[in-house]
Amino acid sequence: MRLPKVLEAVALAVAICFSVGASSPNGRLYDLDHRLMCTCGCAQLLGECNHVGCTSSTKELSELRTDIASGMSDQQIFDAFVAKYGATVLAAPPAKGFDLVAWIAPFAVFAAALAGTILLIRRWGGLKGGKGHPAGLTEEVVLDPAERERRERIRRETSVDAGAEGGLRDE
Amino acid sequence: MAAFGSFSLLIALALAAYNLVAGALALRMIATGREARISPERLADTARRAGIAGFVAVTAAAFALVWSVFANDFSITYILEHSNRALPAAYKFAALWSGQEGSLLLWAWLLAVFGFVLRLRHKADVKLYAYAGTILAAVQVFFLLILVINAPPFALLPAVYAAHPFGVGPAELLALQQTGIVPSDGNGLNPLLQYPEMVIHPPMLYLGYVGFSVPFAFALGALMMRYPGEKWIKTTRTWTLVTWLFLTCGIFLGMHWAYAVLGWGGYWGWDPVENASFMPWLTGTAFLHSVMMQERKGMMKSWNVWLIFSTFLLTILGTMLTRGGLVSSVHAFAQSSIGAWFLVFMGIVVAVCIFTYLLQRSHLKSERNLESLVSRESSFLFNNLVLLTACFVILWGTLFPVLSEYVEGSKVTVGAPFYNRVAVPIGLFLLFLTGVGPLLPWRATSLRAIRRNFILPVIALWVVVAACLALGVRPWNGGAFDTGSFYAVVAFALSAAVLTAILSEFVRGARVIRRQTRRNLLSSAVLLTRRNTRRYGGYIIHIGVVVATVGLAGAAFNRNIEKELGLHDKMSIGPYTLENESFTQDSNQNYDSEFAVLNVYQNGKKQFQITPEKRVYHASEQPQTMVAIHSVPEWDLYVVYEGTNPSTGQPIIKAFLNALVGWIWFGLVIMVFGTLIALAPSLTPTLAPARVQVAQTEPVAAFKGGD
Repeated sequence: MRLPKVLEAVALAVAICFSVGASSPNGRLYDLDHRLMCTCGCAQLLGECNHVGCTSSTKELSELRTDIASGMSDQQIFDAFVAKYGATVLAAPPAKGFDLVAWIAPFAVFAAALAGTILLIRRWGGLKGGKGHPAGLTEEVVLDPAERERRERIRRETSVDAGAEGGLRDE
Repeated sequence: MAAFGSFSLLIALALAAYNLVAGALALRMIATGREARISPERLADTARRAGIAGFVAVTAAAFALVWSVFANDFSITYILEHSNRALPAAYKFAALWSGQEGSLLLWAWLLAVFGFVLRLRHKADVKLYAYAGTILAAVQVFFLLILVINAPPFALLPAVYAAHPFGVGPAELLALQQTGIVPSDGNGLNPLLQYPEMVIHPPMLYLGYVGFSVPFAFALGALMMRYPGEKWIKTTRTWTLVTWLFLTCGIFLGMHWAYAVLGWGGYWGWDPVENASFMPWLTGTAFLHSVMMQERKGMMKSWNVWLIFSTFLLTILGTMLTRGGLVSSVHAFAQSSIGAWFLVFMGIVVAVCIFTYLLQRSHLKSERNLESLVSRESSFLFNNLVLLTACFVILWGTLFPVLSEYVEGSKVTVGAPFYNRVAVPIGLFLLFLTGVGPLLPWRATSLRAIRRNFILPVIALWVVVAACLALGVRPWNGGAFDTGSFYAVVAFALSAAVLTAILSEFVRGARVIRRQTRRNLLSSAVLLTRRNTRRYGGYIIHIGVVVATVGLAGAAFNRNIEKELGLHDKMSIGPYTLENESFTQDSNQNYDSEFAVLNVYQNGKKQFQITPEKRVYHASEQPQTMVAIHSVPEWDLYVVYEGTNPSTGQPIIKAFLNALVGWIWFGLVIMVFGTLIALAPSLTPTLAPARVQVAQTEPVAAFKGGD
């Protein structure tokens, strides 16, 4: 019982650490210039544009600092940049309108695939914890041991290096 | 040479077409038992020989292009646009793949090489190899058609073609250059490509792309002929693993090239072309895992067939993204209108795959028996789920700008912030599975065994979390929550857990052997690995992935500083102080350069000198950054000569301290080593018992199992 308590304490410490802190202007500048693109055509994040004398990034960074100093919210800053440079100035699609689909689809696909995998495992008998086969499955599932052994033998015999590893296999 | 190259391509196309048609006819005759004047076996053999002759013809075309580059034959448009006289010899060779026509020729040549090897080994299984050879011929016909019709590498300058449609000899070329019809020098190679890695990175990547054609051909062929058993998988295992290795090396070399050449301090920008190479790697990796389910349990047959189909299609998509101009990219060095060709080809491939699958799906009936959720089989299912989801996310992010433009009429950018939020958590989950998988046995396990196997990795995980927090690696930056640092801590902790899990597997198995043979633990671990190279080679690859992940996670702690440095001015970053010793200019036949000589001090003592440089190439008049990198295990000191301040004439230097970057490249070395071990044959049972008397009572499960 001591180990779970230690883990609980560590988890609590991590949670406290993560929840502490207030935003600072420099941290916010770093955050925002990594969510905007340089518009010179270099296809780099504003905070990472490395062209000496790049008029676009210098101008954009100056505007960004001014916007932060004037107390604008993140969304207001993004809106101002989009109005001036177009939607491609945002390094990621905004989470509204059709562009919301960009954010939802990956998680929706992951959730659907996860559910599908769990259903598949359940259908294949993996959630039963025993060796019994659920009713209603195809004849492949409910093979009798002799038939299964026969198929295993066929598989072994039609495999090139079955003999090579056979001595060390657990089947 | 232009005429020789063009005719070689034409002959290669004719031979590939014959290989396809005759091969298909012969296989159809064999399948239906139909009689003809020529026996189907003989017809199939003529098709195979045509394939071998095709290799000679494509090789001749590739040779002609390389020869033309070295001969400075600027009457050929491709040579004029991608080479110049002062270009060093290695880069002249690299000009073969620096433009669209040349890189498509490289695709065709590599496919011809793979096909040549395959056709020479046809006696291993004449019928299956005949199917695979015919399918490869179909792919070859497509690439040769593009080369002949849409992207001819030997196209002459219009003025030259009008007077000399079959090309010119050396004397005529000289005369045409003197009259100004042919320029006396070429436009040169893109400066970004004039870097040693560019001589090997594209061929590696293309070997990876093209190589997946072979398992695809075997999978489709085996399905077409209703091949019995799992032998085709074992036949193609070496092909698949070697191809995967080439693709892995190609991706990492590309990362290193971007790091050392582009000068922005990073190695991966989620650019469409980078993504294009990563997607088939993900599906190929999923295939290498799930195929074990088919070999050992007879499961997931349909799934595996579709995984290899998808991997092949993604390699074609990757080539299309690089060459077709479907999406904008900083890496697409050669874009044109060939995208439509690729779309049509992909459509045909999808149609053939679906048709064949529907026709033969009864042959793919799989075993469907899982004994437990907590088993190796389940872990492979989840591994595939995560790899495929990652592939979908990257494909989605790559193509979403096109979709958005179609729906809304305006483009959006899908850059690093999107992938960092969506793909990084998936990657961390995959890392978690990398550790869990090896700890789970096939079939089922007990709660007690789980507890025993997981206790050490869990302890390692929490020790690293505590160590990170104690050492100041905390998920906040200047008071605000820092997602990058949070992910880094999670990645470090998971890496420690996975490494512990894998090493404990080695130690467990080695201890059993030590008891049996009385060797020391290291020697026992070596013998353990030799007995089952596939399984333990795979574990070593996982260690490489973990080491590379630690390096990737280090990006959260990168920092940089930019400063104008006059003579003897100083700037500091991390433990280093950089002093401008001198700055000057130089020139040679190929480029002009400006560079600074910087003394680097640590703890007040001079440690070394570095010389960041900026070049401007004469032929193209394009600038190029030559980054100075000093690498130690903890970090890279990465210094860029950004240019000079026009008002003061003094250099502007940008210095980065990039944490743990060297681990990424070291991770690749481990992955290559692990793959080579996995490719080596295991000690055979006839030898193994002679060297080791396996006691029947020993719990030898640790070194059993094949995978």
